[in-house]
Amino acid sequence: MNNPNVSAPQLNGGQQLALKYFTVAMALFVAQIVFGIIAGLQFLYPELLYNTLDFNVNRMVHINAMIVWMLYGFIGSVYWLLEDESGTEVVGLKIGNLAFWVLTVAVTIVVLVYLFIQYGPGTMETIWFINEGREYIEAPRWADIGIVVCVLIFFYNVAATFMKGRWSGISGVLVLDLVALAGLYVFGMVYTTNISVDQYWWWWVIHMWVEATWEVLVGCIMAWGLMQTLGVSRRIVTTWLYIEVAMMFGSGILGLGHHYFWIGTPEYWLSIGGFFSALEPIPLVAMVVHSVYDAGTHGFKSNNHPALAWLIAHAFGNFFGAGVWGFMHTLPQINLFTHGTQWTASHGHLAFFGAYATIIIAVIYIALQKSRGGVWMSEAMPGNGWKWKWSLALLNIGVVGMTVALLIAGYEQSHIERAIEGSTWAGYFAAQMHKWFIQAMQWRMIFGWVTLAGVLLLMWDLLTVGKHETRVIKSLDHRPLPA
Amino acid sequence: MSDNTVWWAAEDFWRKTAIWVTTGMLLVLMVLTFDSVKQITAGSERVPAYSVINNRIYYKFDQDRGYQVPVIGDQAPLFGAMLTEEQAEALVNKGKMTVQARNCMNCHTLLGNGAYYAPDLTKAWLDPSWGAEVVREQLMIQFLMDPETNARTFGSGRKMPDLEITEEEARGIVAFLKWMSSIDTNGFPHGFKPIAQEGD
Repeated sequence: MNNPNVSAPQLNGGQQLALKYFTVAMALFVAQIVFGIIAGLQFLYPELLYNTLDFNVNRMVHINAMIVWMLYGFIGSVYWLLEDESGTEVVGLKIGNLAFWVLTVAVTIVVLVYLFIQYGPGTMETIWFINEGREYIEAPRWADIGIVVCVLIFFYNVAATFMKGRWSGISGVLVLDLVALAGLYVFGMVYTTNISVDQYWWWWVIHMWVEATWEVLVGCIMAWGLMQTLGVSRRIVTTWLYIEVAMMFGSGILGLGHHYFWIGTPEYWLSIGGFFSALEPIPLVAMVVHSVYDAGTHGFKSNNHPALAWLIAHAFGNFFGAGVWGFMHTLPQINLFTHGTQWTASHGHLAFFGAYATIIIAVIYIALQKSRGGVWMSEAMPGNGWKWKWSLALLNIGVVGMTVALLIAGYEQSHIERAIEGSTWAGYFAAQMHKWFIQAMQWRMIFGWVTLAGVLLLMWDLLTVGKHETRVIKSLDHRPLPA
Repeated sequence: MSDNTVWWAAEDFWRKTAIWVTTGMLLVLMVLTFDSVKQITAGSERVPAYSVINNRIYYKFDQDRGYQVPVIGDQAPLFGAMLTEEQAEALVNKGKMTVQARNCMNCHTLLGNGAYYAPDLTKAWLDPSWGAEVVREQLMIQFLMDPETNARTFGSGRKMPDLEITEEEARGIVAFLKWMSSIDTNGFPHGFKPIAQEGD
């Protein structure tokens, strides 16, 4: 440190481990966007990398890098707050560190196999060692087992630390949620010939992750983040967290039914799935009210402006991306036309970014503030904080732009391929070649480049923010726990 | 909880509500799951046995339900050979495993789930672009084994890559697609116009 005001960072063991998770998460975030760009280009230039790096490979790496970086971001976030929240050192930190390296080596091998081997013969060996070929959870089975072991070690660290230290409302919800999150993954590891049964359990993993357990996990992180950045009272955030859990699981568990409209499952899912998934936006509205109200009552005075801005982006992004965009096509009467079109891609882009990318970035800013010596990160940052402000703007404009472009493509596809052409292959291609679709894909590409620019600027900011700062904040801790 | 907090704003009330709501919803999901899995087991009314590949599969509008449903017709064995239930399951299984091993789902959708770079495969067996029922099997095998030469781009320029699919795997895929087309998908995809069906 070149300034006497800035003390050497005093990170606890969990926080040092968290920084490792965040580093890999951000590298995978860049990879996600790069492969997304290539896949997006292939819509416009189908000859690009044909028979070398085909769309299915790029798209798989695009979505897998996303799932994995978000999991890394969540795990890192939990390690970051673990000692503060429990009031004791992380139990079993050594094995936690080992699990990080094992997981990272496994992820690297899986990605290299995806890129350079790509596919295998139609035998169980391929399922075990190359690719399971099931969207989002393509990782081969050996890696599945490795992931489960590493997640169990993470869970042991978390549960044992809270058991040794103290429990709080947040930690109680967090631990129970992690049991569900890890347990659900097992449902994604089964191979079956029957595609209806296959997709039935596959959705247990995908839906119950992104529309239930992940939402509750970010609810916990948000509760902690609001205490951290604004100093909101623990009683208020804990009560809100319970309300959110009740509403999230109350709507989201049976909201699973909106994936059971068309996969062979019985007709009663049309009513159950439609009804409960229509309720799913309610907790997301509550989260917006909660965070904006809290920020407002504290006069938006926070000790970490980038983190608070990303938390607010999370509240709105979650509400619009997961809530509004999900609701728009969740009722079976409209989903019959939109299911399996770019409409889903539109929802996916805004939901994953709005609900999850944003909040992980917020936690990373909180972490960097402390790791760089508790430096000042409020108003009048160097260069008026142009890097974090512009990366926030570019990323949000980029993703929202892609979302709108894909929505237009989705409308066009639902209309031309489904409603007019009768869902045949010829109808599919008639819709794909329509100028409205091509224009939408061109706009998606432009906003894809904007997103890439935002990500690169974000990386630059994360590497440099607070490094030459001479001012420090008074306290990072506004939130005393009851004894 | 401070003394002046009303009951409906109290932490304790919402903790209990969260626990009861979650438990209740999980119980309902479990009950529905037992019923649903029973109804989608191969050999059920909604998801026919694998030996359905020995029969013709039609697609008809159902007046009562208000949408099209698959109908199982007379004998029409795939590749001209009647298979036992075990043989049919083995063949469909080969196809399903190959579909996973070649990562088809990251270009195509199956039952509407997957990626959107290539057409949905749910009713691929019944798609009119194969021309006529008599030539369909052979065209599908040729296409799968050499998709570059036999490209079906519909003028889009989007060709399926060469995934080195063997003849055995291609036969499995065709069997899997034929079986999948017999699944009752509650009318998805909407308003599908099937291949010209003899006897229509």
